[in-house]
Amino acid sequence: MLAKRIIPCLDIKDGRTVKGINFENIRDAGDPVELGALYARQGADELVFLDITATNEKRKTLSELVNRISHHINIPFTVGGGIASVDDVNVLLQNGADKISVNTAAFKRPELLKELAGEFGSQCVVLAIDTRMEDDGEWYVYLNGGRVRTETKCLDWAQQAVALGAGEILLTSMNHDGTKKGFALDITGTLASLLPVPVIASGGGGNMEHFAEVFAEGKADAALAASIFHFKEVGIPELKTYLSEKGINVRI
Amino acid sequence: MVTIINYGSGNVRAIANIYERLRIEHSIASRPEDFKDTTKIILPGVGAFDETMSMLNNSGFVDILTESVILKKTPVLGICVGMQILAESSEEGELKGLGWIGGQVKKIDKNNITNKPKIPHLGWNSVKIKNDSQILQGINEEEGFYFVHSYYFECTDEKNCMTESFYGEHFTSSVKKDNIIGVQFHPEKSHQNGITLLKNFAEFQYA
Repeated sequence: MLAKRIIPCLDIKDGRTVKGINFENIRDAGDPVELGALYARQGADELVFLDITATNEKRKTLSELVNRISHHINIPFTVGGGIASVDDVNVLLQNGADKISVNTAAFKRPELLKELAGEFGSQCVVLAIDTRMEDDGEWYVYLNGGRVRTETKCLDWAQQAVALGAGEILLTSMNHDGTKKGFALDITGTLASLLPVPVIASGGGGNMEHFAEVFAEGKADAALAASIFHFKEVGIPELKTYLSEKGINVRI
Repeated sequence: MVTIINYGSGNVRAIANIYERLRIEHSIASRPEDFKDTTKIILPGVGAFDETMSMLNNSGFVDILTESVILKKTPVLGICVGMQILAESSEEGELKGLGWIGGQVKKIDKNNITNKPKIPHLGWNSVKIKNDSQILQGINEEEGFYFVHSYYFECTDEKNCMTESFYGEHFTSSVKKDNIIGVQFHPEKSHQNGITLLKNFAEFQYA
């Protein structure tokens, strides 16, 4: 059986992990490679590295980091943040990234998805969508890390993106992100049921039950979280044991 | 010496990185002349069948590969599309495969997949050993491997099916015939199981 995936997300700035992470057992928690390797040992199914520097002069730092990650970690990993062209992606894949994620640049120029899928295959093109439910009950797409609202509805954009070549959707609910009150089950479920590609749920995971919900009710193929793993509020081995006991197929 | 064939397809670097960490002698061959002291061959591959096959045909590697694998019986490990091209043909393309293991490559049948018909089959899946081998020593079947594919290898002879996996239906997830081995999954991305399998392959002796 295909397993539901657990994906820790690491925010990177200037080649270092961002949040003040306190870990025993590793020498340098600020080093994305060490932290990523620890998660891989604990049973993470994939990793996402999100570069929040994402300025042109820092690109080189990122590709060097990606190279180092691929030398030390042998589970699949996705790199995102400020990617806007075939050339950007080429450098990251050449250095060993398995997938890349695009967000704002793809929304502004949807052809980018077609170019990337044509050049590298849909399997390495992840479309990240930040979405918020407004008072009218509809989910809208937001850009630039959630700062810019658009009039486009989340499902419409996701469907268009998949038709253009996105191979996976990383869906973050801004209503839920940071609340630790659980994932957005409704929009996740809508996308996961209607799209022919996997959906990674993100935003709101605060305890183990939330993960069980997003897999069972939200129909998510994978769930992503950051701080609860970094701050050891939820451990990956315990989480997987819990999910398995709930009858959810995970890799243990 | 494990020689990884670099003909433009597949994640050569990721495989080399694992052998580097295991301190197992390996080399990356970008031209047929790079075959030196080769005792094991790895044939990676991603992308479409025809594209992969024509890259291999144009690479100049086919003759030396055939000589090593078929005449000298050097063990070879095909990974992902590198496994599929071991077959005779594929529904995905027009070109002939290497034909080293009898079989056809078929598309995963969407209608067979319960719940959500998502293709490619992407993620971690377990394996079930059908015909055991040294290659599988120490492999945790439940933990499984990382897969990304839309097509699968259907063996003519069931004896050549080393493991099977389930995605809507049972399919062959690895094959073996004598010194010729192929895996549909990506050992280079499959953490401990992947490392174990690559190590076993490096130590595999075909008598």
